[in-house]
Amino acid sequence: MKSSKSIFRIVFGAYLALFFAYMFLPLIFMTIIAFNANEVPQITPWKGFTFMWFGELAKDEQMWNALLNSFIVAFAVVAISVPIGLGGALLLTRLQFKARDFVYGVLVSPILTPGIILGISTFLFWDSYMNVPGGLWTAILGQATFITSYCMLLIMSRAQRFDLTQEEAAFDLGATHGQVFWKITLPFLRPALISSVALAFMQSFDNYNTTLFAIGVEQTLPIYIGTKLRSFISPAMNALAVVFIALTIIGAITYEYRRRRELIKTG
Amino acid sequence: MRDFWNNALRDLGKIGVAYIMITVGAWLVFMILIPQLIMLDYSFRPMLALRDIGGPKDVWTLKNYLVFFTNKLHMAIFFKTIWSSLIVTSAALAICYPIAFYLAKVARGGKVGLLMLGLIIPYWINELLRLFAWQIILADSGIMNQLLIFLGIIADPINFRAGNGAVVLGMTYAYILFMVFPIYNVMESLDRNQLDAARDLGASWLRIHRKIVIPYAKPGIAVGCTMTFMLAAGTVAAPQLLGSPSSFWFTQVINTNFECANWNQGAAYATLLMLLCMIFMFIMLKIFKVGLKELTQ
Amino acid sequence: MGQDVNLADVSMRFGDFYAARDINVHIEAGEFFSFLGPSGCGKTTLLRLVSGFMDPTKGQIKIGGKDMRGIGSNNRPTAMIFQNLALFPLMTVTENIGFGLEVRGVPKAERIKKVEELIELVDLQGVGNRKVSELSGGQMQRVAIARALAVSPAVLLLDEPLSALDLKLRHHMRAELRNIQRRTGVTFIYITHDQTEALTMSDRVGVMSIGKLEQVAVPDVIYNNPATAFVASFVGETNRLQGTISSIDGEYAVLNTAIGQLSCKNPQRLSQGEDATIFIRPETVFLTKESGAPNLLTCGIKNLSFEGAYAVVTLKTEKEQLLTMRLNNDGTAPRIKTGDNVKVTFNRENAFVLKNGDSSSA
Repeated sequence: MKSSKSIFRIVFGAYLALFFAYMFLPLIFMTIIAFNANEVPQITPWKGFTFMWFGELAKDEQMWNALLNSFIVAFAVVAISVPIGLGGALLLTRLQFKARDFVYGVLVSPILTPGIILGISTFLFWDSYMNVPGGLWTAILGQATFITSYCMLLIMSRAQRFDLTQEEAAFDLGATHGQVFWKITLPFLRPALISSVALAFMQSFDNYNTTLFAIGVEQTLPIYIGTKLRSFISPAMNALAVVFIALTIIGAITYEYRRRRELIKTG
Repeated sequence: MRDFWNNALRDLGKIGVAYIMITVGAWLVFMILIPQLIMLDYSFRPMLALRDIGGPKDVWTLKNYLVFFTNKLHMAIFFKTIWSSLIVTSAALAICYPIAFYLAKVARGGKVGLLMLGLIIPYWINELLRLFAWQIILADSGIMNQLLIFLGIIADPINFRAGNGAVVLGMTYAYILFMVFPIYNVMESLDRNQLDAARDLGASWLRIHRKIVIPYAKPGIAVGCTMTFMLAAGTVAAPQLLGSPSSFWFTQVINTNFECANWNQGAAYATLLMLLCMIFMFIMLKIFKVGLKELTQ
Repeated sequence: MGQDVNLADVSMRFGDFYAARDINVHIEAGEFFSFLGPSGCGKTTLLRLVSGFMDPTKGQIKIGGKDMRGIGSNNRPTAMIFQNLALFPLMTVTENIGFGLEVRGVPKAERIKKVEELIELVDLQGVGNRKVSELSGGQMQRVAIARALAVSPAVLLLDEPLSALDLKLRHHMRAELRNIQRRTGVTFIYITHDQTEALTMSDRVGVMSIGKLEQVAVPDVIYNNPATAFVASFVGETNRLQGTISSIDGEYAVLNTAIGQLSCKNPQRLSQGEDATIFIRPETVFLTKESGAPNLLTCGIKNLSFEGAYAVVTLKTEKEQLLTMRLNNDGTAPRIKTGDNVKVTFNRENAFVLKNGDSSSA
């Protein structure tokens, strides 16, 4: 019994190692390539250590333009998705009506719908019927369609744990609906709202499938990357990847650091 | 009906109710329902020049759909997409199940956080860039080929991109998180004591998994598989980057239609894709006997 | 200062279910009034109707003479103390207490002063800056009370506020609540299922069965002169025997029961031949050596439970009927033990016969 357990442990340990190698090696390769002075993005032949691809990336105006668009779209999506998600969460957790489960299903359906279909339908609607050609506006709406669903779910899970007698008490003491919401309900929901903002921003910034079909000729960063990768591959893209990786690692470290600090504080 | 409004106003006030109705209404009508209906409408209309719209030629027709059923190539692509997506889903499930179980039940506190972070970090990097990484690895002069040649397994570089292998591999890589998390979430709530008790009674690990863990984790597995399948069938990125004309994906067919401004045809194909996803989801729900409510991220 | 509360023909219906039916009661200004009844009898519903969380399906509620229909809870001169206290967890004690003043726009300086006064009143000095989660049960109670009093309500509504506290604290808080009520003169409407609480704290008590108000009276009368069978069984320990009225004698009646003819008071003026129940309180049953007294019963002692200040004796009559008797430990009771045969009796002044109604199994 004992020996089979340790064999199992070794095997599983190897499996885990392999799994994480599978996850991380591609990224490590990407990083190395970004510093290789080889026009063809590969690790070998190694032609010397260089920063030139970063320079090339920085000079690419199209990239900066796409980056700017990504931010614009992301901010707009957050501004739409979080308030509407809040509305949806309130509707489903506070109001009782017979069709509730059905409405829940419909409001959650965008998550289950393939991104390209959201992009297509949004584009068709606004381009043909509303005379708004494909562009940032349609991309924003296409993304917001499903990102709102995510926000709604996030806020709902928090809202469901809210003790309603607190609102009753606040009323009883003379507060108006607005005061109750602002002073009692909203502070409680705040953590979920903050997470929603972060989630919405990241999902929007990262989105490809929906944006591709909704955005017409404009570009956000993922669209730019997609176009670039399909035409002419250059290590400048690796440089971009390294930027992403670096930011992610910094983000992860900051998050972990803050979390540990919180634990120490409350521990 | 009156009760509903009375209670709503009493609970949330006039402004609150108005806010909810307006925001959710706008979202529901203008972003969810109407665009879908319009896409559906488009799919039933023939492609017309601008001046013909609204005229006599603008009729409802099934032509766009019939085109699909008569086009052998497109049908082949469609079924190949389904098949490959199933492979992706199965592969992801096979890989992720042990990981999810380990995270949920075996790993101890601090380790879990670290491993989770290890899982999540790659996903903060754009999907396209991650697929690009595989593009590099699987290129003719890429690491994979170099390694295989170095080991003497092959003599000439394999063109990984011809055929679906690369696409499937890339997708599995890209969607692992969507399979791990739902399963992990469900497994987490499984009482550790049940497993210990079963062990105590002499059950083998295989049996424990088959009889206890898997039935319990069914909702998570269903969600994970549904999401993975739909992402695989419905994505454009991976096929575009890792595929070749011979491994065309159905979504790319749709894309081509749009690039050629045949929106009607594209809409029809998109609707077919949507139907496919819905059918798959229903099958999943039936197999695993799960309700629609199991959705947590 | 307190105001009076009047409920006229108040009914509350939920679908087919009546939570409250034809409630009529007038609560005086400055009174400590309790609604007493088992769980589900509708007392919480009444409280919520008075506080304004819902309007009754029928009837009228007036506070201070003013009809309250359509007026929401935030506009009524009431404040409620919830069963779970509903303190605001993200706020400190001071912020909680000052909340009602804050939402009315009372300027900060004035607010701080009032909050301090209240902290003094409820004896909570020193914890003002603590978060609510750091307080003990008793302290949280007092915060809830102070918070409610801060808005100077005319009527304070209390929903079983002491049920979560341990015994000693409960006794202490009962006295405190009574004190606060007397000092502020606010009308208190208190609901509870604990009869000791209701009887010791209140000026008057309203006893409720399912949705109905059975009797409204001062505690003494509720206990000694219950108006219905329900009140008689719910309040206090009692011996209950069914029977038929065999004769009437002015205020009194004789009931023919399984253990014999028993004479007692007849407050409901029931007539001969009616089926009724006789209620005999255990503390009114006593041992006797006389024979030939009315209400004389020969019993065997089945069980003797010594409880300190008194002993509870379970008696078994010749006809196998069980009775409870309470003997005070004042040195006068003869020494008896289980298995003895004794003669007991009770004065017909202390027993009464009432119409059969829904008795509670309290």
